[in-house]
Amino acid sequence: MAETCSTPASGSSEDNPYNSLIDAQDDSRWAFGTGFEDPLAGVDTSAPSGVDGADLAAYCLMLGDDALVFSHRLQQWCTRAPELEDEVAIANIGLDLLGQARLLLARAGKADGSGRGEDDYAFFRAEHEFRNVRLAELERGDFGQLIAVLLVFSAWRLALFQRLRSATDPVLAAIADKGVKELTYHRDYAARWAVRLGDGTAFSHERMQAGLDAVWPFVDELFVPHEIESRLVAAGVAVDPAAVREEFDGVLEQVFTAATLSRPDVAAKAGVMGQTGRGGRHTEAMGYLLAELQSVARAHPEARW
Amino acid sequence: MVSARAVAETVRDPELPMLTLADLGVLREVSESDGTVTVSITPTYTGCPAMDTMRDDLVHALRGAGYSNVEVRTVLRPAWSTDWISETGRRKLAEAGIAPPGDAPRRSSGPIPLTLSPPARRVSCPRCGSADTELVSQFGATACKSLLRCRSCGEPFEHVKEI
Repeated sequence: MAETCSTPASGSSEDNPYNSLIDAQDDSRWAFGTGFEDPLAGVDTSAPSGVDGADLAAYCLMLGDDALVFSHRLQQWCTRAPELEDEVAIANIGLDLLGQARLLLARAGKADGSGRGEDDYAFFRAEHEFRNVRLAELERGDFGQLIAVLLVFSAWRLALFQRLRSATDPVLAAIADKGVKELTYHRDYAARWAVRLGDGTAFSHERMQAGLDAVWPFVDELFVPHEIESRLVAAGVAVDPAAVREEFDGVLEQVFTAATLSRPDVAAKAGVMGQTGRGGRHTEAMGYLLAELQSVARAHPEARW
Repeated sequence: MVSARAVAETVRDPELPMLTLADLGVLREVSESDGTVTVSITPTYTGCPAMDTMRDDLVHALRGAGYSNVEVRTVLRPAWSTDWISETGRRKLAEAGIAPPGDAPRRSSGPIPLTLSPPARRVSCPRCGSADTELVSQFGATACKSLLRCRSCGEPFEHVKEI
């Protein structure tokens, strides 16, 4: 059994009041759980026939890492949003994405046969093992940039998840089915703020446009399939990201028109030796993000929460 | 001995304690075979932090009623919809000052349209009944609720948003 989270010198459980919480035999909890159980408990997670388990796991990590890493960026807005209502909204969106990440990471551990849990993937992988698109990891920026990145991310992910609902992997299809409902709210929230800022004052317009310009170099990457994705598209498991570009452009154009914003005309950010986020090549911001995300779990690797 | 289903149906939602899990529509199935009770529940939202608590509360209630082997399973599909909240559940929500949801959006198979202005749907104030209300935020204190304000009585109130 794992050791409890305590300072090395704390000694027996009598010395540490937190131990008595964890050791309590009564199953009713003092808050939302002292431990997290498998979010896929009881779900049939066998891979569809003819699908390579390692490929399927990698694809789950791609979609899961996008959600995990972007959720972490959204969590950094806690106490920093311009209004209390937006604070709550951003935290809620981050929570939805964290929920998607938990299911997808847990699904990866079943698909590759390693039996690794969500925490193993989130806290004990190195930077080059993360497969999220670079857009998800970008520096937090100002509120205009938050709305820009949230608009791009949710419009793209919603278009992907709508198609993923008919994937041949029933677990991915079910995750997508739930995710679509959530992402619809996220996209509407970002789009309304984009209009409010873009069609607001000269200053809010300038900040919103600057936010879009800052994130746009990372947009093309969203629509380039990694070789693993291409293999899984052929097997009916994955959605070809190139196929959602037209829908994405249409939605963004609708927002730009209503918000009097211009579609940025900037060059795409190149990868390194042909690899971008999906291939484990990240921007400098990723290292700092992971340091924050993983530090506690790595300092107390056997801790129970 | 009370049936396992009857016991499971008494367990309350940790975030909306005026509702049972059955009222909320997250209790999907209760079955008994060979001395094991299997309960299936579904999350309202993917990130619902209350799932572990629901699971524990179900096990606790069933063990207390004499069922020693209890297995709680998660089902993800079909995805939960506010349409599954029972009539009793809707009444209890309104009595607790939370506006119950209207009909969940029906979507055709094409791309989901962008909604640039807040929905025109009128939510009546659960306190004074006035239909003159406004949306403050689509995201409330929990993932499943939005925040509104009544322009007649001036009170803010929560609304279970349609999904």
